[in-house]
Amino acid sequence: MAYTFSFPEEVLEHVFSFIESEKDRSAISLVCKSWYEIERWCRRRVFVGNCYAVSPVMVIKRFPELRSIALKGKPHFADFNLVPEGWGGYVCPWIAAMACALPCLEEIRLKRMVITDESLELVAKSFKNFKVLVLTSCEGFTTDGLAAIAANCRNLKELDLQESEVEDLSGHWLSHFPDSYTSLVSLNISCLGNEVSLSALERLLGRCPNLQTLRLNRAVPLDRLPNLLSRCPQLVELGTGVYSTELRPEVFSNLEAAFSGCKQLKSLSGFWDVLPSYLPAVYPICSRLTSLNLSYATIQTYDLIKLISQCRNLLRLWVLDYIEDAGLYALAASCKDLRELRVFPSDPFGLDPNVALTEQGLVSVSEGCPKLQSVLYFCRQMSNAALYTIARNRPNLTRFRLCIIEPRTPDYITREPLDSGFGAIVEHCKDLQRLSLSGLLTDRVFEYIGTYGKKLEMLSVAFAGESDLGLHHVLSGCDNLRKLEIRDCPFGDKALLANAAKLETMRSLWMSSCSVSYGACKLLGQKMPRLNVEVIDERGPPDSRPISCPVEKLYIYRSIAGPRLDMPGFVWTMEDDSSLRLESSR
Amino acid sequence: MRRQKGPSLHMTWSCFLKINAPHSHSASGPSNGWVSVSHSCPPTRGTFSFKAAVTATDTTTKVKMESRSVIYANHLNLKATELRLGLPGTTEEPKKEKTVHAIRNNKRQVRQTSEESISISKASHVHTPPAKAKIVGWPPIRSYRKNSLQESEGDGIYVKVSMDGAPYLRKIDLKLYMGYPQLLKALETMFKLTIGEYSEREGYKGSEYAPTYEDKDGDWMLVGDVPWDMFKTSCKRLRIMKASEARGLGCGV
Repeated sequence: MAYTFSFPEEVLEHVFSFIESEKDRSAISLVCKSWYEIERWCRRRVFVGNCYAVSPVMVIKRFPELRSIALKGKPHFADFNLVPEGWGGYVCPWIAAMACALPCLEEIRLKRMVITDESLELVAKSFKNFKVLVLTSCEGFTTDGLAAIAANCRNLKELDLQESEVEDLSGHWLSHFPDSYTSLVSLNISCLGNEVSLSALERLLGRCPNLQTLRLNRAVPLDRLPNLLSRCPQLVELGTGVYSTELRPEVFSNLEAAFSGCKQLKSLSGFWDVLPSYLPAVYPICSRLTSLNLSYATIQTYDLIKLISQCRNLLRLWVLDYIEDAGLYALAASCKDLRELRVFPSDPFGLDPNVALTEQGLVSVSEGCPKLQSVLYFCRQMSNAALYTIARNRPNLTRFRLCIIEPRTPDYITREPLDSGFGAIVEHCKDLQRLSLSGLLTDRVFEYIGTYGKKLEMLSVAFAGESDLGLHHVLSGCDNLRKLEIRDCPFGDKALLANAAKLETMRSLWMSSCSVSYGACKLLGQKMPRLNVEVIDERGPPDSRPISCPVEKLYIYRSIAGPRLDMPGFVWTMEDDSSLRLESSR
Repeated sequence: MRRQKGPSLHMTWSCFLKINAPHSHSASGPSNGWVSVSHSCPPTRGTFSFKAAVTATDTTTKVKMESRSVIYANHLNLKATELRLGLPGTTEEPKKEKTVHAIRNNKRQVRQTSEESISISKASHVHTPPAKAKIVGWPPIRSYRKNSLQESEGDGIYVKVSMDGAPYLRKIDLKLYMGYPQLLKALETMFKLTIGEYSEREGYKGSEYAPTYEDKDGDWMLVGDVPWDMFKTSCKRLRIMKASEARGLGCGV
């Protein structure tokens, strides 16, 4: 039975415009050729999870009416210095292509990419209605590039430099926002090292009535904060600068009044170098807070407890392990709506624990916070018993990242591996999307993960496993796996080659300091033309070593763009059969 | 933020120096216990004291581990069998044993000192733990976060202070002081001595001790010879010398 619907294209387009999710859009485009055509002409937003999976030309050709693009570059482990400098992730070709073909582009969001001042200038000049620039963990640019954006983007709403490495030449760039510019909604300069011109900032804040998010950098003195806040009392999210100054009563009362004056304030961050005496200035607004980032605040348990126990509506807390078990217990008692907890280590390289934070803290939170979904926890000891408890308490966990600081640490009570503990997590938390493992782990944990981790999308593994069987369990069992990153595990060729087809269903696989041989990489590259198999090896060409020699680092990702052309000298893409034939005919 | 390790150090070590097989929690067996190690100061100077309780319950002498609550075999004089390396005549300060489950540190004291003169109440010494051989990219913390932590530690200008004849090194944060008078007062309190007044011509005349420091060039200078700000940035470490030794120091003297 076949129906022929002949809605006019405009109607279908209108209907499609209500579909925002990329997955749904992709599904629509697969229905039939005409839907594919209609959909591609009205797609406004595209997300490219790996900038090398597709070429800019391909994207622009398919979606000529794009307004918003998001790109991710380097693999996640680049955050921890595992990807050598210069590996890639250059956005320049994308900007150049879009500058010509997409004059109506409004939004660019980049993560872990390299962007230069030239590219920023090109953005500033090419897109007349440019609105949003978000650079997360990016690098390669200076404040001169920012000045170009400030000077030229009349309709800019969002400038977010989250955790990027910016060469801060001077704070003067901020003054490049013209006096006529009033459309700022979100500004995040927390990563900048130098002082920005505070008077320019004050004037900017004063003339932008829609400002909702302001994340200052450390260099902004505390005694200037009240003045800044008084210009934008409508603020919803604030990141303070340094949170200490000479103890003066008028500074305190100004600060307290300024905070209280921001009636919409829901999110706080910053808090570098906290002087505890200034913390009470925040107390009056605590009950409104939904998000609190104290991960730079070196304040003690006592002060943390006093603060957090007033934040009854907290959804998200990022904090240093100074919070200790006692503080987490208090958190569990006070913040019943908590969704996300991240506890960072204050002394990650010290041999001894410097704080009284153990697995107990996490257990308390899992008991007391029924809505807890997302956990990132650094600690020095863990037990299977604690993991069972957490798993049973919180089957609604979707993100569980545990980092036991010392690699291969066993269950501190039984001295056994933590296989069954993590097994309980994957078994009970049926919607788990992201998991990071640590501690002493054998192949068994991977068997559990392969068996139960059916919704798992991202898995991070370090110093774990015993044999290829471990990797095989994961690759063969985790149906929804998209990203797998592995370091320092005894995984070799067998599991990889046996599951080669799986790799095409994933975004990427990273393996460093494992046992995958150059020969296996070559084979994989030859047989899987739609995979880019990159061997990253700073010891020199892999050809100069025996073919059975393990490679230092391996990055495999699916791509329809073929091997990339911007590789540095320490990266080799394993050629597929067709290009090998070309090679030999030269 | 510097950690100060005091008497509770043995508690912190106990998490890592767990020796032998699990399961046995009996106090008499050597398995599943703790070796207590106390560091009184970095091994380069001063006293290093290693205390192991020895029991004679078995025919072979085994090292008995102390569990978290202190167990003293009542048929044994622990002090007599205590192994100590230290300057003759010096005694180690009595450790305050805690049966507390949590591992405490003395970081609070650093914060308090910003508002009052330095007083290290619990710890009589400062311990810098040995540097760990770092694995690249582990623990998985992003660079900007690592840098931030280091920055907040580096905000203070920490210098070691030694005194001739004293068994322990101290560490102070020069940033906490506005000038020489506060610094000297703090040193006097810390080491329980009088330093006296500084005069350009005669140094610290009339006092038994003179504070000296090693500057960036490796020269030993008398504290007070250069302007305070210059001193803060050039001082590498402090040494309180006997006045007789310090006579040759100081610029212009």
